[in-house]
Amino acid sequence: MSENLFAKLTEHQLSDLAGLGCQLDGEGACLLTVPAERLLAVMKMLRDDVASSMNYLGDITAVDRGEAGFEIIYQLFSVTRGVKATVKVKVPKDKPEVPSVVSLWPGADWMEREAYDLMGVTFAGHPELKRILLDEDFAGHPLRKDFRMQPRE
Amino acid sequence: MRTQTYELNMGPQHPSTHGVLRVILELDGETVIRAKPVVGYLHRGIEKICESKSYPQVLPYADRLDYLHSMGNALGLCQTVEKLMGVEVPERAEYIRVIMAELSRIASHQIFLGSLVGECGALTGFVFAIRDRERILDLFDMACGARMTFHYIRYGGVVQDLPEGWVEACRKFLDDFDGMMETYRNLLVGNEILQARLKGIAVLSAERALAMSASGGVLRASGVNYDVRKAEPYGIYNRFDFDVPLGTVGDSWDRMMVRLGEMEQAARIVRQALDQMPEGPVMAKVPKLIKPPPGEIYHHVENSKGDLGYYLVSDGSPKPYRLHVRRPAFVNLQLLDELCRGYLLADVVPILGTLDPVLGEVDC
Repeated sequence: MSENLFAKLTEHQLSDLAGLGCQLDGEGACLLTVPAERLLAVMKMLRDDVASSMNYLGDITAVDRGEAGFEIIYQLFSVTRGVKATVKVKVPKDKPEVPSVVSLWPGADWMEREAYDLMGVTFAGHPELKRILLDEDFAGHPLRKDFRMQPRE
Repeated sequence: MRTQTYELNMGPQHPSTHGVLRVILELDGETVIRAKPVVGYLHRGIEKICESKSYPQVLPYADRLDYLHSMGNALGLCQTVEKLMGVEVPERAEYIRVIMAELSRIASHQIFLGSLVGECGALTGFVFAIRDRERILDLFDMACGARMTFHYIRYGGVVQDLPEGWVEACRKFLDDFDGMMETYRNLLVGNEILQARLKGIAVLSAERALAMSASGGVLRASGVNYDVRKAEPYGIYNRFDFDVPLGTVGDSWDRMMVRLGEMEQAARIVRQALDQMPEGPVMAKVPKLIKPPPGEIYHHVENSKGDLGYYLVSDGSPKPYRLHVRRPAFVNLQLLDELCRGYLLADVVPILGTLDPVLGEVDC
């Protein structure tokens, strides 16, 4: 049975995370909200830290919040310790860019490409950030709320 | 002697690509230098479509993701919405759901096994697996009137109770199931040609499998004990006694053997569920208009391909604000390139077979 990550962390580790600008929400979801520029540092700590060792990246997805910008959501899991956490990054509407986590979890490759393809979020440092599901010459990012669906001709 | 490398296109219309997958192969003679999967040929934009549909209208789309394990997909989506709404599912419905999901897992693995060995030339094995799978599809047909894309598991339970004689028919299938497994083991596991084609091929280490976010049989064949049913039991899975088959080497052979083991464990779960299943209602009191409270939730289940997750954002309206599906076959398919490198062209098809992609899910 997986447990809440925060219960496993020491005071010191928690304050380290807070020092990196994380907002911790331990109520049920175990949610960390991280500023984009600190994402890699936080992710690296979550992955390598003995108390958490989040060695499994479950999922990456993005949500369009309209004027409030985009949210990029990472699901992390520790196979060895059975703890989980959700990491969320909020980016502004006009500059949807987060650092890529492919260097930490190579499996993030296609997940980030999918989020880029459908939502138009840029993952800086991704080795091959190209469309994956749609045609290369497709215009726009369909999962954005302002995307206009065209009737078929 | 120097040879020039060349590109060979495989698919998207190719009988062994499990759908419309295209692989661009770079070859040096017969040796694979690169095998680049190109996906998206079956992309229907399900995530986008769901945003303009009401929750009951969204549910049939789940069946069409991994169409070989539809019951498991629907189970995952229903539990996601139920979790957000706080709906309590009746006991009997929980048991029926588990029975259906596990039977579906067996059927899906039979396709895996049949297509894998069929692609290696053992067409008899293919026919046997498909013949036996038909028995499970008959059971589904009896329960809900459909052989595939069932729309049987609904928000709050299942759409109707099991018909008269269903439990007996299911027990009859389980009685015959051991014989089926024996046939597979005699015919396929003991087959020298199949062993030569799969053993020691495309070895995936445990560390690499984890780093690549592989899941399901691909991950467990490398020896990583991660099964969502055990790691984070959903529904009533903590009531059943079952093992998680693990591989030791992480080669194509282990990926096949893990799936064979999973079929036996799934049958074990179904037997226990049939024994424990109580009488009672099969549908909770769910409002006619399904409007989950505003919020977001990530829920994942173990389907036949791996870790299937749903990320649902609700704004309190009758339509999902955003529904994202974490598709295990999509994530697993990334491994194709590195697993094929250095092996022969003839190995590409079985390696792809052991990754077990279903393009309906990969392309979403």
